[in-house]
Amino acid sequence: MSDTHSHDHGHDHGHDHGPPPDKDGPLTYYQAMETAVRELLIEKGVVSADEVRAAIEDMDARSPAQGAKVAARAWVDPDYKARLLADGSAACEELGISMGPTRLVVVEDREKLHNVIVCTLCSCYPRALLGLPPDWYKARAYRSRVVREPRAVLREFGTEIADDWELRVHDSTADMRYMVLPRRPAGTAGWSEEQLAGLVTRDCLIGVSLPKQPAAEA
Amino acid sequence: MSARFAPGDAVRVRWAHPPGHLRTPYYVRGKNGVIERICGAFANPEELAFGRDGLPTRPLYRVRFDQRTLWPDYAGREGDSVEVEIFEHWLEPGT
Amino acid sequence: MSDPGHRHHDLGGLPAGAVEPSEHDYALWEKRVDALLVLLGDKKRKLVRTDELRHGIESLGTKAYDEMSYYERWIASITGVLLGKGVITSDELGRKMAEVEARAAEENR
Repeated sequence: MSDTHSHDHGHDHGHDHGPPPDKDGPLTYYQAMETAVRELLIEKGVVSADEVRAAIEDMDARSPAQGAKVAARAWVDPDYKARLLADGSAACEELGISMGPTRLVVVEDREKLHNVIVCTLCSCYPRALLGLPPDWYKARAYRSRVVREPRAVLREFGTEIADDWELRVHDSTADMRYMVLPRRPAGTAGWSEEQLAGLVTRDCLIGVSLPKQPAAEA
Repeated sequence: MSARFAPGDAVRVRWAHPPGHLRTPYYVRGKNGVIERICGAFANPEELAFGRDGLPTRPLYRVRFDQRTLWPDYAGREGDSVEVEIFEHWLEPGT
Repeated sequence: MSDPGHRHHDLGGLPAGAVEPSEHDYALWEKRVDALLVLLGDKKRKLVRTDELRHGIESLGTKAYDEMSYYERWIASITGVLLGKGVITSDELGRKMAEVEARAAEENR
């Protein structure tokens, strides 16, 4: 963690306040607010420009590839899978993924059981594992409808869940965060973890899609 | 942590709609469900929202609701469910 | 007539249109807002807790909730919490925002 003791902070224009401003369009009111708040907090020694940069880099490094790695390991190693289902965060840490205070619950798809994740109240998402959520996850239509008509919403993603399957929706309302462990696609016997991870998309870890299927042999 | 409910217990979510920051969604209030698991004990978000410490921690549960009890027009099958995290102070014994 | 006991952000089960599968690459200013919350909420600072952020967003008003973008709501809420705690003052913020705007205008000439 970088040093945050304030030193001079006389505000001369040569002083670095962090990355250059975005150049896409005129500065909006809220963009001006962001810059102003950040600069004031840096001047007051509450945060430093280095810490802001480091936090951005940390989040940029987190992506669905981490979740894919976890899923692939669970598919090949039944003991790991059991640990993952018992304590999702600890199992991620085993693979070198720093989860911080995140309390991850992994819900397992099974024969005739499909899971899907939502946060109806805001946008809770396992960010430490998957990175930042997509816009649609945070928007009204998904948050309102997936708890009430999950099959119709999944259909909009191109995913059909048969009528005789159980469909379970998880609403992240409090301290837990969720990842779906999809079923391992058929036709992948003997595949390496890396190959298996290549079938795992962000959307199948949220539950709106299924993993990619192995390409048909010529 | 002493938890009032155990997995498998029938519970009912209190019917209350106060102002403030609530993490019990409207669509489950007054509804009957079943405790799926105890998540642990956590600080109260209703208090954290105002800069207070939210202590003492209290049990948080995952509660499973049958979709047909939540929505009169639910189009899917019997057995479909929604699982929601709910704090103990929102739960009463169910029928 | 909408039910005042049913808060505007509490969306589960409400009618809505099709899910637009939209995504966008986060702009740098948005990532900075996100970073600010992570830092302000950390153990060292504990200045803006996640539930304070959420409550601030829920309190922006229904029109603001519907019309502002996701990170606009975040920065509005974070700023509100900081003002409420006296970490920054409206006076400082007003002066700094004017300075930022003047600087941007200068750079765009």
